[in-house]
Formats: sequence, C-alpha cells, structure tokens
Amino acid sequence: MKLDNIYKEEKKSAFAKLSEIIITMASRPSGIIGLSILVFHIILAFISPYIAPHDFKAIDPTLMLQAPSAEYWFGTDDLGRDVFTRTILGGRTALTITFFGSLIALLWGGLLGIFCGLVGGKIDDVVMRIVDAFLSIPWILAMLLIVSLLGTSTEVLIPALGFFYGKGIVRVARAATHDVIAKDFIVSARARGHSNFSIIWNEIIPNVRDAILVEGAMRWSWMLLGFSSLSFLGFGVSPPTPDWGLMISNARGLMSFAYWAVIAPIVGLSSLIIGINLTADAFAKALGIDRSTKAPV
Amino acid sequence: MLFLIIKRILLGFITLFIVSIITFVGTEVLPGDACTTYLERQAFGEQLEACYRRLGLNVPAYERYVSWALNAIQGDFGYSLSGEMPIKEVLGPRIKNSLVLASAAIFIGIPIALILGIITALWRDKLPDVAISTVTIFAMTIPEFISATLLILIIAIWLEWLPGIVIVPTDVSFLELLPNIILPVVAIAMIMTAHMARMVRSSVIQVMASEYVQMAILKGVPYWKMVFKHVLPNALLPAINVVALTIAWLLGGVVVTEVVFNYPGLGRLVIESISNRDLPTVQALAIILASIYVSINLLADLLTLMLNPRLKTLQIRK
Repeated sequence: MKLDNIYKEEKKSAFAKLSEIIITMASRPSGIIGLSILVFHIILAFISPYIAPHDFKAIDPTLMLQAPSAEYWFGTDDLGRDVFTRTILGGRTALTITFFGSLIALLWGGLLGIFCGLVGGKIDDVVMRIVDAFLSIPWILAMLLIVSLLGTSTEVLIPALGFFYGKGIVRVARAATHDVIAKDFIVSARARGHSNFSIIWNEIIPNVRDAILVEGAMRWSWMLLGFSSLSFLGFGVSPPTPDWGLMISNARGLMSFAYWAVIAPIVGLSSLIIGINLTADAFAKALGIDRSTKAPV
Repeated sequence: MLFLIIKRILLGFITLFIVSIITFVGTEVLPGDACTTYLERQAFGEQLEACYRRLGLNVPAYERYVSWALNAIQGDFGYSLSGEMPIKEVLGPRIKNSLVLASAAIFIGIPIALILGIITALWRDKLPDVAISTVTIFAMTIPEFISATLLILIIAIWLEWLPGIVIVPTDVSFLELLPNIILPVVAIAMIMTAHMARMVRSSVIQVMASEYVQMAILKGVPYWKMVFKHVLPNALLPAINVVALTIAWLLGGVVVTEVVFNYPGLGRLVIESISNRDLPTVQALAIILASIYVSINLLADLLTLMLNPRLKTLQIRK
C-alpha cells in the first residue's frame, strides 16, 4: 500500500512536474515579476519583426537625434534611425545566442562534471586543475581573444560562450555527483549488476539534474551580461544589427543631447537581465536549492 | 598547518603554470600567429620574415614557450608589437592605476557591504531587508557598462558635479588622479558591494539558525551581545573566501568600467592590445590577471586558515 503510493508519486508526468515548479515559482512576488519579464521578452523577440513600426536600418540624415514624438516613440539616433524599432528588435540576437550558449554550457559542463565526480582519482585531479586554470583567466580577456582571432559570427559566439561559461558548471555537477555517489541506492544499483551507463542515466542524472539546471539558469544571465559587454566593447555582433550593447555604446557619446537613444536600450537590457536573474532565483528556491552563498565564478 | 600553507601555494603555482600553457597554446592553435595577425594584409615576404625573426617565431613552439616562461618569471615579457617598447614598461603605470582604482573600491565596498549584509540579515523579510535587498539585486545584475553610463549621465552630464571621462596621461600623479577616479570607483564599488552584501546576509542568516545561537537565545544572552560575540565571528569567516572569489570575478568588470571612463589602467590595455592584435602583450596580461586572481584566492584561503582554529587540524577543504 505504502510502496504503491511512492511508486505513483515517482511516475508523475514531466509536464505535471514542470507546471508544479512554475506555480511554486510564481507564488513569490520576485518569482512572478521575473517570470513575467522573461516571458514578455521572449514573446517580444518572436513578434518584434512584425510589429516594428519602422525599418531598423533606414538611415535618414534629416531625422537625426529627434526627441521622442508621436511618430518616433523613443526618438531617433545619430543616423536618424527609429530608436523604438531598434530597441524592440535589440533583444533577439542576444536572447538566441545566449540561450543556445547556455544549453551548450549545460551539456558539456554537466557531463564532464558528472564524469569527474564518478571516476575520481588522477583523471579528476587533472581535469579540475585545468578547470581551475581556466577559471582564473578573466572571462573578458579569453572571450576577446577568441572573438578577435575567429571573428564575431554566431557560429563562433555560441560555442565560445558555451565553452567559457560551462567551466563553472563542471564544478557544481562534480560536487553534486560526489554527494550522490556515496548514497545507498547507488551501491544497491551496483549490487544489482546495473551497467555504468544505466547507473549514470537512471540514478545519478535524476539526482544531480536540479543543481545543474539551476546553475545553468544562472549562467544564462551572466552569459547575457558577457555577451552584451562584448557588443558594448565593439567585439560582438556587427552593425547595423540592432543590439542593445552596441546601441548603448553608439549613443553614449551623444547622451548629453540625446539621452533617449541611450535610455531605451538600457531599459531593455537591464530588464531582461533582471528578469532572467529573478527567474533563476525563483527556480532555485522552487527546487529547494540555496545558491545565495555562492560566488559568481 | 605549515604543510597546508605550502600545499596551497604550490597549487597556486601549478594553476598559473597551466594558465601559461593555455594562453600559449591558445594563441598558437587559433588561426594566425602574432605576426600575421599584427601585420594583417602586409603579412608576406620580407616584412613577415623580419617580424618572425624579431619575435623568434622561427624556432619550434616548445622552445619558444620555455624561453618565454623563463623570462616571464623574471618579469620580462618581451616587446609589445604596437608600441615597440618592453611590455614591462607598458604595464608598470597601468598596474599602478588599476590598483588605485580597485583598492579604493574594495576599501569603500567592504565596510558598506558588511553593514548592509548584517542589517538585512537581522531584519530579514522586514522593511529594511526588502528595501536594501531590492537595491542590491538591481546593483549586482545590471551590467557594469550600464551602471557606469547611467552614473556619467546623471552625475556628470545632468548634475555636472564631477568629470565624466578621465582625461589624464598614463603616468599621472596620485593627487591629480583623485577627482577623476571618484565615478569609476563608485561604479565598481556598487556592484562589488551588492554582491558581498548578499553573501554576508545569507551567511549571517545561516548562523542565526544554528543550534548554538538558539542555545544562546534560550540561555538569555542579550541580543546584541549574542550578535557580536556568537553570530558575526562565525558568519564572516566563510564569507572571506566567497568575497575573494567575487573580487577576482569582478576583474572582468573592471576592464569594462575602465573602458567606459577612459581610465588608463590594465583594463583599457586589454582592449587596446586586442584591438591592435598585439599577442605578446595579451599573453603577458593573461598571466598577470590570472596571478592576481590566484593570489587573491590564496590570500583568502590563508586568512581563513589562520582565523579559524577548527581548520588548523583538518584537511583544508577544496
């Protein structure tokens, strides 16, 4: 009877689990704010090309640096382009690149971490030394070097960001695996004669998944910060692609006359980063993981 | 105890050694070497040959690594390609300027972070906590270049209180530098303080919930005496390591902030040398920044070790 209940609880569908987590997340004020901002930005990224009132690359010297008006809601920039159009389009590249980058980071970081946690010994020592060494190179220097030698195309940026932000996940996944591996159910799975693959897939991954996912969600916001810093420094996407980091760095020099051209992308980027951060935080709390004591490495 | 310290220092050196290999291999494996990337379209014939000879790129990679590493240990990083002067001389004043910036931010940031963290933890979920925590979340999540840009817009352009952009030569005296660095210091300190305050908060909350604090409450120890005698010493120890990691992580943010304010420090040199494709300087910078990171962490480890009697007998935690 009791065993039967436990069995049923285990078999809840993935969808039911997910909706439960989302409901828990939305029950806190910070969670609901974060989720709504994130959902708003994702919807905006999908529909913005269809609702943009102007052409994002239409240059018109007669319309230079116009203050916000009924025609140009957020004014125009130094080339006479509509700031509103460029702002609502500005999140698309950043969201796409960092989303896929985080997936790559999760995959390789998580798998390598689980592997290291499992095998332990010499291999683990060597890999962790190398991970430590990578951690001690400032991310910005490494990213700038990669980008300046390989270019700034999406095909370079996604794996480069994914690689660089995955090294922290290695540590988290390894620590979580270490915690799990000494537990009785692993020992009994070994005793039942399960293969290594089956133990990893059925016993370890379900138990370390939460910690890795939370870390990945947090990486997403840092990666967005890193990506937009690169754009800001002129090493990200190339003009005339609308991108917040690039827009801020272009409009910065003229902000004493045309503050609107810098405020709009600032609001866009800050709200997205805060949204992802709050969501990741609420996600962690909904899964019962406290990550506020961790350093952002 | 002594053994532990020596072990930590040794591990730090191993990490640096791997970093030097990574940067060396990285610049080697990625397409283009120092000469072709630097000379770009003129990279053929005599000029390329001359550049190879000047940098010694015509000998095998491992030989170059060994001689580079041996010189680097003695503080000689070779010549920068763009400025044609010893990298050591380029770096000197830059390091000084960045140190001024970073240490000012740390000295302002740490006390404020401690006070804010303790207040938010003691008044957890009450008005002071909610108000301060909201501000810290904003301050730590917003990218450095945005908070720096906003600071310039509000303080320098709208209020006209301070200069928004640093226009001083690299080797300026400290007093001349002072009014110029207020805004950059505030920009860096803001993010650092927010991060540290959050960590102090959760550390204090953890200790407040522990059994010995509950015991002290039951015994009737006065509240503030309990906070200062039992809670804070135990809460701040583990925070040291995390704070060190945060400071090290913020090195990247310092780079961006320096660019925004046009501050002549290491950060701007990173951008300049990468824009100029000056790989020898980039290699030197990677090693220097990594050494800063490693030594901050090492310092924090040693500090924790010395302040925590429990760790003296135990194996040091990873």
